[in-house]
Amino acid sequence: MRTATVVGASLAGLASARALREHGFDGRITVIGEEKHAPYDRPPLSKEFLAGTVTEEDIGLTADDEDLRIDWALGRTATALHPRERTVVLDDGNRVASDAVVLATGARARTLPGPLPGGVHTLRTLDDAQALRRELVPGARLVVIGGGFIGAEVASTAAGLGCEVDVVEAGSVPLQRVLGAQMGAVCARLHTRNGVRLHPHGRVVELVGSARVTAVRLEDGRELPADTVVAGIGALPNTEWLHGSGVLVDDGVRTDEAGATNVPGVVAVGDCANSHRAYTGAPLRLEHWTNALQQPAAAAAALLGREHSPPAHHAVPYFWSDQYGHKIQFAGHRTDACSVQIEEGDPETGAFLALYTDRDDEVTGVLAVDLPRPFGGWRRKLAKRI
Amino acid sequence: MIFVGELSELPPGESVRVQGEVAIAVFNADGELYAIDDTCTHQDASLSDGWLEGCAVECPLHAACFDLRTGQPSGPPAKKPVRTHAVEVHDGQIYVRESAPVGAAPVGAEAAVGEVVR
Ligand SMILES: Cc1cc2nc3c(=O)[nH]c(=O)nc-3n(C[C@H](O)[C@H](O)[C@H](O)COP(=O)(O)OP(=O)(O)OC[C@H]3O[C@@H](n4cnc5c(N)ncnc54)[C@H](O)[C@@H]3O)c2cc1C
Ligand code: FES
Repeated sequence: MRTATVVGASLAGLASARALREHGFDGRITVIGEEKHAPYDRPPLSKEFLAGTVTEEDIGLTADDEDLRIDWALGRTATALHPRERTVVLDDGNRVASDAVVLATGARARTLPGPLPGGVHTLRTLDDAQALRRELVPGARLVVIGGGFIGAEVASTAAGLGCEVDVVEAGSVPLQRVLGAQMGAVCARLHTRNGVRLHPHGRVVELVGSARVTAVRLEDGRELPADTVVAGIGALPNTEWLHGSGVLVDDGVRTDEAGATNVPGVVAVGDCANSHRAYTGAPLRLEHWTNALQQPAAAAAALLGREHSPPAHHAVPYFWSDQYGHKIQFAGHRTDACSVQIEEGDPETGAFLALYTDRDDEVTGVLAVDLPRPFGGWRRKLAKRI
Repeated sequence: MIFVGELSELPPGESVRVQGEVAIAVFNADGELYAIDDTCTHQDASLSDGWLEGCAVECPLHAACFDLRTGQPSGPPAKKPVRTHAVEVHDGQIYVRESAPVGAAPVGAEAAVGEVVR
């Protein structure tokens, strides 16, 4: 293998280039990225960056003293992949052929059906965060549609900036699918305790306003006044450009555990990959930061035919979220068959750790709020399941 | 010198936090003692709450790994190293000498504690 092309210049793309170099790959690496920015970190976009406590420079992912010898093609979109010569076609007509192709195109925010009035945002990119940040001034009325992680974090940050915040959640509690009803209710209380109004079973029927949004109308007739609206209604994998390439796509690029696709020399990693997971024994598309960082190491090793033995707990899916000053961490997997027990602490008063147990009485997931040390221990114990 | 505690109370795999000019985390990695700044350079996690992976500690929040010998992070989200500090053991008691500037030479205290631990 002498040349590699990485499509997507974010966490998973950069981690892929790094991993190739760490494995001693000396050939050409081209990284193609649709955004004009050098790789940056997304988690702060709904947290510290939105709050204004860290800068664009702080969230850059590339280190000054590191020379990865990358040919960057930033501001360029890959529009097609020809599998036989592994040629990536760019929007400017250029073609890049290489021995290996890494698909790291991530996901994009799902949007509300248009046309939309001004002041309606989604949050996925640095540009999105900058645009939203300008509107989150003290006293501004923000309506967040969707009480998932991004919605909850935006609500938390906006409340901290002095905005009036309403969160419209379609379910009975936020995060029900990921955390279950009981722990979703704990997350609901985080909002209400911090002065954010939560509207469960809320169905949006109209964004009122022409030039700019003035309110959000719900199915039950209520109108929530709004200066700004954020839709936090999920993300879609960026895979449309692979249509006709022969690469198998099904809610993301289908891959094995190490990221290999059905096309030789083509791997997929990060948010765009629907990979087989040893932990669940099934394919799962994860939108988790640590997955986008760690999966590329396995994929790069696979491309180069090298050994790769990461710590066992890396195989246990993990994400975190920061809300209202609390550190929320989840590892493992929850199904509807799981029951929840509090192992340590008390959700009513603050820090706690909860375990998710399946029908066979086996612990499959762990949730912690403000208890990072025991959480890390449980994540490692969960690794022993595999 | 900062008194950390009895060596017998810090078995392999364990960590403890002590207060110097700043908080310092002391680790027993398989019989070798190391001390680094306790606060992660990414955000404010306490690295003594992290878990040892060989000669590195994994930050309990976002999993940046810091080499205990050099303080260098192995990758994102941390970009800056933590300071390392010398560890000494006298009569079964652990002490930390707060000092070493960022990225300094290894300061593992293997020679000092090796016999005591094994
Ligand atoms: C606001 C926000 C907060 C988050 N907070 C957390 C958190 O607290 N904890 C956590 O675990 N995870 C969090 N995440 C998720 C985490 O950031 C993602 O899992 C991670 O960014 C995925 O990295 P990636 O490189 O796979 O994809 P992405 O970061 O989505 O990057 C993909 C890149 O590819 C580019 N691209 C797409 N198509 C093409 C194409 N055809 N040609 C060229 N380039 C293309 C895109 O423009 C983008 O730059 C958060 C995400 C967001 C948006
Ligand atoms: S606080 Fe340590 S990696 Fe983020």
